[in-house]
Amino acid sequence: MKKTLITAVAALSVGIVTPASAFEPESDQTIKLMMADWSSMLINTEILNIILSTYGYDVEKVIADDSARYPGFESGDLTIALETWQTTQDAAFTASVATGKVLDMGELGPQAKEDWWYPSYMEEQCPGLPDWKALRECAEAFAAPETAPKGRYLSGPVSWGGFDEERVEALGLPFEVVHSGTDAAMFAELRAAYERKAPIILWVYKPHWAPSVYDGKFVDFPKYEPACYEDASWGVNPDAKYDCGKPEGWIKKMAWAEGEEIWPCAYDIVRNFTMDGDEVGALVYEVDVEGRGVEEVAMEWAKENEAKWRGWAACAEK
Amino acid sequence: MADTFLKEQVRARSIGDWIALPVLIAVIFAAPFFPAVLTSVPNWAILPVSDWVGEGLNWLARDAGVGGVTFADVTRALAAAAEAPIDWLKIVLAEGWVTGAGFNKVQAAPPLSWLGVTLAVALVALRLSGRGLMLLTLVSGLYLALFGLWVLAMTTLASVLLCVVTALVLGLAIGIRAYRSPRTEAFVRAVMNVMQTVPIFSYLLPTLLLFGYGPSAALFATVVYALPPMVHATVLALRSVPQETLELARMTGCSRAQTLWKVELPVAVPRLAIGLNQVVMMTLNMVIIASMIGAGGLGYDVLRALRRLDFGAGFEAGMGIVALAVVLDRLTQAAAHNQSTQAVGLWRRRDTVLALALLIIFTLFSFVIPSLGLWPKDLTLTTAPFWNGAVSFINREFYDPLDAIRTAMLLKVMNPFRDLLLATPWTLIGLLVCFAGYALGGKRAALTVMALLLFIALTGYWEPAMVSVYLTTLAVAIALAIGLPFGIWVSSRPRFHQPVQLVLDTLQTLPTLVYLLPAVMLFRNGDFSALIAVVSYAVAPAVRYGMAGMKHVPSERVEAAAMSGCTPWQTFRFVRLPSAMPTLLLGVNQTVMMALSMLVIAALVGTRELGQEVYTSLTRGEVGPGIVAGLCVACIALIADTLLKSAAARAARHEGDIHA
Repeated sequence: MKKTLITAVAALSVGIVTPASAFEPESDQTIKLMMADWSSMLINTEILNIILSTYGYDVEKVIADDSARYPGFESGDLTIALETWQTTQDAAFTASVATGKVLDMGELGPQAKEDWWYPSYMEEQCPGLPDWKALRECAEAFAAPETAPKGRYLSGPVSWGGFDEERVEALGLPFEVVHSGTDAAMFAELRAAYERKAPIILWVYKPHWAPSVYDGKFVDFPKYEPACYEDASWGVNPDAKYDCGKPEGWIKKMAWAEGEEIWPCAYDIVRNFTMDGDEVGALVYEVDVEGRGVEEVAMEWAKENEAKWRGWAACAEK
Repeated sequence: MADTFLKEQVRARSIGDWIALPVLIAVIFAAPFFPAVLTSVPNWAILPVSDWVGEGLNWLARDAGVGGVTFADVTRALAAAAEAPIDWLKIVLAEGWVTGAGFNKVQAAPPLSWLGVTLAVALVALRLSGRGLMLLTLVSGLYLALFGLWVLAMTTLASVLLCVVTALVLGLAIGIRAYRSPRTEAFVRAVMNVMQTVPIFSYLLPTLLLFGYGPSAALFATVVYALPPMVHATVLALRSVPQETLELARMTGCSRAQTLWKVELPVAVPRLAIGLNQVVMMTLNMVIIASMIGAGGLGYDVLRALRRLDFGAGFEAGMGIVALAVVLDRLTQAAAHNQSTQAVGLWRRRDTVLALALLIIFTLFSFVIPSLGLWPKDLTLTTAPFWNGAVSFINREFYDPLDAIRTAMLLKVMNPFRDLLLATPWTLIGLLVCFAGYALGGKRAALTVMALLLFIALTGYWEPAMVSVYLTTLAVAIALAIGLPFGIWVSSRPRFHQPVQLVLDTLQTLPTLVYLLPAVMLFRNGDFSALIAVVSYAVAPAVRYGMAGMKHVPSERVEAAAMSGCTPWQTFRFVRLPSAMPTLLLGVNQTVMMALSMLVIAALVGTRELGQEVYTSLTRGEVGPGIVAGLCVACIALIADTLLKSAAARAARHEGDIHA
């Protein structure tokens, strides 16, 4: 009995190790991948973790807050982050890159979009939608007792910014802007309203699971241009800035600058790492709606797309 | 003699009151005619304290140092040292020995088997306490394993164990020092009070700057939060050691160290156990926030589940935290109880052998039968769909009446009260609070309160602070109105004590977000949801102190009252209530503290007050404003503390007078 056990242990510990290739990592220092708490970043980071680990790099996933990351990247506590959203992180990211301690590693692929969004059933009560001018006429359809007769617009957490108070003012929309505390609290309200087919208009962004599960549309505001946020005379209201929609934007990869010297090949792989917007959407759906584990979904992707990611790692494959 | 003196003093005080009152009333009526400087804090008076704090901390984290060794080097070394035992515990408990990663991942050795760990701990529970605790341990272990939470729970346990041990050792060390030197004690008490009341979000960023990301940063933040009760308990416990015992030690020729280790600490164990209980509770209370900065484990799973609005999964993971908390707490309490009742010989060598055998055998078998190492995924139980369905059902069927309650409360009570506070001139509020301080605690209290008020005003956080005060006041009022009467009612019904205790522990350790998000579905983002969150958390101390206050009424007094023919109501009104008053006031104090510490969590459902300022500066990565807004929360807490402690001291004196 005892002997079988020992043999079993030995078999388990030695049996499966098969080197992926003859590649030797440049350094055995740990590469620290940053993970914030939304699903697409978790999945993408896990995929990168699988790739880098397969080539023998020592990798660690570190949980860090979206906006609290910059000191970590400047000091080398964090090495790589796969998602930096222009829509919310633009200023902080640009400032951090300007210090010279952080590298812009190029775009990940998917485009971020965020703006006022409403469920399709609201078009019955406000037939002019999605044109933004309709909101002037039927604000009352979106009212709550404490905001009536004005409409109630649910904006994101205060820290997201977004200039919604200014937008309401500039476009003359009879709405009161209410900030939600967190992302989760915001979508909890959407779900509650959607289940009852109750009026709601709120800040939605994608890639996210909500727009793929709930049927609805973004409001068509005048299209964003940088001039809209900087020059009052631009746009429908000649006396105010922010008389347009929110910017759409890139999602970029970022890295600790000094790491380039330590793991040049790993940095090469990260630069080549790109995902398609729909592909990410499908993976997020698996995790958030089907309730599957992040690691399981990432490993499945890695197995199905082995040729693709081995192509990104040309420096390690030769 | 002493009596007449006291009476005279009371008379002098009341003459003072008679002069002050008309002045106060006159000022209140004059308030609408105040010049602008007196109604709202003028901009030129606001000091850029948050900039100073931010720059100071950046300097500390980047440049401060002596002789080539920077301060950050020291903290980084500490972080690395703390990481080693956490990693080691994680390997043993949660992950097993893993080599390679990605496509080459190999599990060289499994973690300890869940069945082995559960049975071994159950054996400990049986020996220390008895069948009841053994059953509780078994149920908790099975729950974690069968619901697929085992690995996460063990990850959490690894860091919780280290936190508890660190807080225990540090708390004892600081407490012993403070006990020996009165001057140190005053200083330590002040620091601990601030540490306990500054919201944890406000020092998360500095912690990250100094200790880097990962479990050790979470460890340090948690220890800061959980340390104060241990220090307070240590000082109290050592002070309560009877003088005769110490003299005996001196006469038998004990050295100072011997007295401490062989006499004072063993005698103090029961009171130390109260401190340990608080440490365990507060550490587990922190699990969610710790997981935001890299501790992982159950807290992270709760956050993830809630993010995809899977309330049921969030609830299950949250109950996992509760299970850990309750088992840990009951085990340490039983051990402390045995220590103080001199119950020895409960644990024999045979038990050690048996426990080790359970661990080793099941772990070895898990090589052959994998489900002993990790419960198979296909067989995990879940009740999540039920909870999710229940939330949706309530949302569809009961939304209208619930919304009517929310609207009425918001429009009739909450908004008017908030607007009143915001419209009242800051000088008038300051004057009223200082006057209250003077009336309750004399000049010293009045000056303390004034200094704290000025800090809030001059750092520019007066308005958010008033919104915090409005939310806290309402929440505390509701929590007390529910909690105290319920606690008093339960106190005379011993068979409810155990279940009520379990419910209170659940309320204090179940992550608030777990029930806060379903509340948001029904009550939307905003102050009403926040009020629910704060009340549900602050109601626990109200009940606890309601129970404790009634329990400690001396039985002679109650008997005397019965003999002199008091009705039950008279006994309650004239005997029990006055003699419980000091404890009840402490309960009010603790309720206020708990309510204030929940403000930051309330910010997560969209409030606009100090908690939001703290949370927003955390997410924006601004160190200075976060700390200063956090200190403002501490100021409010300390003002409430000063006023209530003075009131409690007064009630205790009063009580002494009557029965002297």
